[in-house]
Amino acid sequence: MLARVATFALDGLEARRVWCEVDIRPGLPAFGIVGLGDKAVREARERVRAAIQNQGYEFPMRRITANLAPAYLRKVGPSFDLPLALGVLAASGQVPGEALDAWAVFGELSLGGELRGSRGTLLVAEGVRAAGLRGLVLARERGGEAALVGGVEVAGAETLREAAEVLAGTTEPSPPPPRDHAVAEALGAPDLAEVRGQAGAIRALTVAAAGGHNLLLSGPPGTGKTMLARRLPSVLPPLTDAEALEVTRIHSLAGLRTGGGLVSRRPFRAPHHAISAAGLVGGGALPSPGEISLAHRGVLFLDELAEFPRPSLEALRQPLEDGFLTVVRAQRALRFPAAVTLVAATNPCPCGYAGSERCRCTEADHARYRRKLSGPLLDRLDLCVTVERPHPDALAAPPVTSSAAVRAEVAAARERGAARCGEDMPVQADARDLLADAYRGSRISARGHARVLRVAWTLADLAGRDRVEAAHVREALLYRDWISDPVAVAV
Amino acid sequence: MSFEAPCDDCVRRSRLVARLAPHIQRAREQGRRLPLLLGLSDAELIAALGGRQAGALAAAHAALDPGAARAGVAAAGLAALCRCDPRYPAPLAVSPDAPAVLHMAGEPERLPALLAEPAAAVVGARRASAYGLEVATALGRGLSSAGVTVISGMALGIDSAAHTGALEAGGNTIAVLASGADTPYPASKSRLYAQIREAGAVISELPPRFPAWRWAFPARNRIIAGLAPLTVVVEAGERSGSLITAGIAEDLGREIGAVPGRVTSALAAGPNELLGAGAHVVRGAEDVLDLLLGAGVRPAPARPPVPAHLGSALTAVGDGRDSADALVGAGFALADALGALSELELLGRIRRAPGGRFVVSAE
Repeated sequence: MLARVATFALDGLEARRVWCEVDIRPGLPAFGIVGLGDKAVREARERVRAAIQNQGYEFPMRRITANLAPAYLRKVGPSFDLPLALGVLAASGQVPGEALDAWAVFGELSLGGELRGSRGTLLVAEGVRAAGLRGLVLARERGGEAALVGGVEVAGAETLREAAEVLAGTTEPSPPPPRDHAVAEALGAPDLAEVRGQAGAIRALTVAAAGGHNLLLSGPPGTGKTMLARRLPSVLPPLTDAEALEVTRIHSLAGLRTGGGLVSRRPFRAPHHAISAAGLVGGGALPSPGEISLAHRGVLFLDELAEFPRPSLEALRQPLEDGFLTVVRAQRALRFPAAVTLVAATNPCPCGYAGSERCRCTEADHARYRRKLSGPLLDRLDLCVTVERPHPDALAAPPVTSSAAVRAEVAAARERGAARCGEDMPVQADARDLLADAYRGSRISARGHARVLRVAWTLADLAGRDRVEAAHVREALLYRDWISDPVAVAV
Repeated sequence: MSFEAPCDDCVRRSRLVARLAPHIQRAREQGRRLPLLLGLSDAELIAALGGRQAGALAAAHAALDPGAARAGVAAAGLAALCRCDPRYPAPLAVSPDAPAVLHMAGEPERLPALLAEPAAAVVGARRASAYGLEVATALGRGLSSAGVTVISGMALGIDSAAHTGALEAGGNTIAVLASGADTPYPASKSRLYAQIREAGAVISELPPRFPAWRWAFPARNRIIAGLAPLTVVVEAGERSGSLITAGIAEDLGREIGAVPGRVTSALAAGPNELLGAGAHVVRGAEDVLDLLLGAGVRPAPARPPVPAHLGSALTAVGDGRDSADALVGAGFALADALGALSELELLGRIRRAPGGRFVVSAE
């Protein structure tokens, strides 16, 4: 007898419908699974057999063949356990086959038959809606995540038997748990009100947030570069619903979501510098999102920029420019969103104390370090700022500002920036002269010229002006790249 | 006018010192003083250092073919000037341990021309601070533009900064190397070497392609001190080679100048000690010119005054409030601090130093 169960396989950020067909016929007892599954799919045989028996059903002692169609699509992971088990039950008449027509099923089984959640639940629920099915049967713990997609009936089940009963209509599907709107998540988020001193660096964070500029923090060890970078998400405007869904989708695919609900906080990802290029931008046989995609709509923080291998940084260039990246595999090209604000941190020299008495580096060390930094990424960093050890007085003084205050400033500036609709901002004559002087006096390169102007726009937006004034250009010049710019470094 | 070939005796002497390089190294490690050794005659030197090899060394010394040695120097593109030549630098000739032969890279006529002008040696630490580099560059620039020849050792840090400054303003500069004059040492300064060779002069007492031995650095310092009537120490730790140079200059009865630094800075220990012992205070090229040419000989070039609203910020940066945050700590509003730093930088009154802090430009 033949049974057919609908389920979904993840293909990048899309869920594709997969038919799990199970055929049972007389013959020597055997259980084969075909359809380009990975090791986890092959191992499903053992889990499915044990789960069926432990839930009090009978495992047919005949020849069982399961096929996951379409056969060209690679199937990865243990989420095919439940469809396979229900397929076997339907094909052996223990569950009415017609009950399976309107539902998709999805989930991993334990040997005892309990259901476990799998990655990508949100994507699968979206796939169910797109396929026009009635609903989705899955592990109850993932019900909240699936319920984020409207128009799909979500039936959470604890066990294989419960799932089968829901499908047979003998048990009412239990409603998904209430949407916990992740308030707790927002609590305890790092805030600028905890920072003492660092007025200059906080100003740079404000500019970076307002204009979406990438930022380089340079300073001796222990001055608070990481601490400041962690607080950048807190001054960015809250995620819109659409953005939150994008972020949740990626995090769901990567298995980062354990609770239900949308991601409410802007992501902050700080990969270690030993990361591979594939880890940073995504990859693998079944491509999974890299750190830059996990930081989508948030902040990607690269501490010790000079320690990152060049190929990894090289790989970041295209996604930083485009806001998405394309992973090409033999069969197809997948697109992952990657709109991030990049914050990089670095010591000013190998020992970290350049320019002060404590510096133990030679001139050659400095030059080598500068060359290392001036690599592929520095031209994507609009703002270069030094972070210093705060003065003892500043440690005792009240904080310079709070995240809420900066967030309001940033939101107002972003609004003005958005109102320009991508048009260039007019530049006042004296500001234009100043920029021309700086260029002629070779204080900035041609590339630096464009970046200074871009930053000056943001500064004008922050100041609430509709044209670039001299003061904006002056401040923007302070943030230029003086690391790779040899004219700016004495001797 | 072309140079006469160095005499046979001087060539022999020069090659003898080179051949004895490992012996000199060992002797110095045993605590023997370099000036005493280099002041010995050829035979005494062989006897003092040769030990059991003295006989072989003496034989090799006698067998040396000066003609071949001269040809080797010419083949390396160097010119040579011996102690017996009337154009051998007179200030150097007076010291008993003066090198027998000076090898010169670059235009050979330029060395006497450069030494005919007033000259000052500018020396200092290899690991210098941004302040020291700034001062050394400004000294080199100011002296060279006033026609004074800047003599230094092309080492990393202060030495190179002084040469760089001089090259920016006319290129009146002489580099004295501890390696052969055709061999830039340190190798990372090859570009600076080429520029000095082009515009000024590079000299060494050692034969072509000779590597830099440890003892060759203090030996080189005696040439620097010997050539100049004034030696200025910019930054130096307590046990710096620059203090050796200053000591030799003092022994020769030359003037010593030192650039004062902060008393808390280890790099200022050397100059401050010299100042305490009576060295001249050098705050800039003007002070050096006063010492060399006499006070009030030339009008001091006036610098345009700083705009009034920037005065306090410039003072604060000079006091070590060298970043926007430091200025905020001194009571500036952030916007004012950012504005002032930016304006001062555009006016050329302050500069970015390595590490991104600011340093007041010395000019």
